[in-house]
Amino acid sequence: MSPMHSITWATLTKDICLEWRSKDALNSMLFFSLLVVVIFSFSFDPNAEESREIAGGLIWVAFLFAAVVALNQTWTRELRNQVLDAYRVSPAPATALFVAKALGNFILVSVLEALMAPLFMIFYNLRALGPAWQLIPVAILGTWALVVNGTFFAAMSLRTRSREIMLPLLLFPISIPAVQSMVEATRIILSGDGAARFWIVLLLTYDVVFTTACLALFETVLQAE
Amino acid sequence: MIASEMKRAFPILAVITALLLAYSTYQALVVAPTERTMGDVQRIFYYHVPSAWTAFCLFFVNLIASIVYLVRKNPKADALAVSSAEVGVVFCTIVLITGPIWARPVWGIWWTWDVRLTSTLVLWLIYVSYLMLRRFSDSAQTPVLAAVLAIFGALDVPLVYFSIWFFRTQHPQPVIGGGGSLDPRMLHVFLLNLFTFSCFGAMLCWARYRLELLQREVEEVESLQSLRGVPQ
Repeated sequence: MSPMHSITWATLTKDICLEWRSKDALNSMLFFSLLVVVIFSFSFDPNAEESREIAGGLIWVAFLFAAVVALNQTWTRELRNQVLDAYRVSPAPATALFVAKALGNFILVSVLEALMAPLFMIFYNLRALGPAWQLIPVAILGTWALVVNGTFFAAMSLRTRSREIMLPLLLFPISIPAVQSMVEATRIILSGDGAARFWIVLLLTYDVVFTTACLALFETVLQAE
Repeated sequence: MIASEMKRAFPILAVITALLLAYSTYQALVVAPTERTMGDVQRIFYYHVPSAWTAFCLFFVNLIASIVYLVRKNPKADALAVSSAEVGVVFCTIVLITGPIWARPVWGIWWTWDVRLTSTLVLWLIYVSYLMLRRFSDSAQTPVLAAVLAIFGALDVPLVYFSIWFFRTQHPQPVIGGGGSLDPRMLHVFLLNLFTFSCFGAMLCWARYRLELLQREVEEVESLQSLRGVPQ
């Protein structure tokens, strides 16, 4: 294994192991998105037809807010005992650290989605009228879109005052096209009118553009002095 | 040498811009013919479009300055980046305020999620978040972080545009403007205003830039004095 791979792997397994033992982030995300589901359900009280129209928006907004919980604690763990400073002076490539953190968040948010999606289906009586398998690429690309920029901006907001609130302020404006693509694709698939191809391609473009940008600029952000 | 010459040129150019602004306002409000269907409300056009143009130019300057800062680490580029972003947000706000004032009598609605309106709003949101980052982060790394965010924002703009363009072409929307040719006198006033607003934006940005440089100088002196233990 190259040093890049071994460092990525070591950081990723360490983070997953820590999360597995405490389950802090996962539990708070799960409960948070459950609350969002229930509150939205009371606020809108939709019938089956309306549910298909609005569910895409509700699901992704719930996941977006829940993801911020996970993203916020990505780097704070490394601030204790100056782990991040140690990483900065070590010759390890910065991108390895970034990829590990982004993958860790991706796994965490994916687990959340896998657990919450059935609950959404039950509460909103959802049944996809379009090709349901397309929800899988939408979910994967959409989650990556949120997580890759989220991990990057979380590293940026580490250096600011009140960093917990700074992350959504930076992440949400940039994420608008991604969120719109996810919501529209999900709506089209659930209601079965039209094809979601354009939105999936747009999400893919977003992912490629911002993954490249994050990898290219992460070193600059990590070493910023 | 050049800096001192520019300092002397500043008041002269400021006076010229002020005169130009007065003349263009007169032209737009009095000289330009009244539009047949829309009436006087159409005159907003002479402020709305030039403001949008100025805002986009300033955001472009911000992107270039940010890239230059990341490459060269020149603090002056960072000062230019922050001034252009601030003045750009002001002009962008003017666009977002004058737009609905015009749209209400003409379209019958204040706002529509049309591609141009929405992408301007998203652009405004991105640059407000840029200014928030600068405000909330007072460490020495702020310029680097802000420059990186400016690049992310610039990458986002075409994606925003495409997503809204596709979204909205699938839905009914109010007709904008319509074809038709512009009265030559209107075009003349419009171009004059476009030029004036560009000058006005550039002057504001320049003033803000000088202020930023002075501010930094003052901060530097103060921190040096406190290091030496000189009572302030």
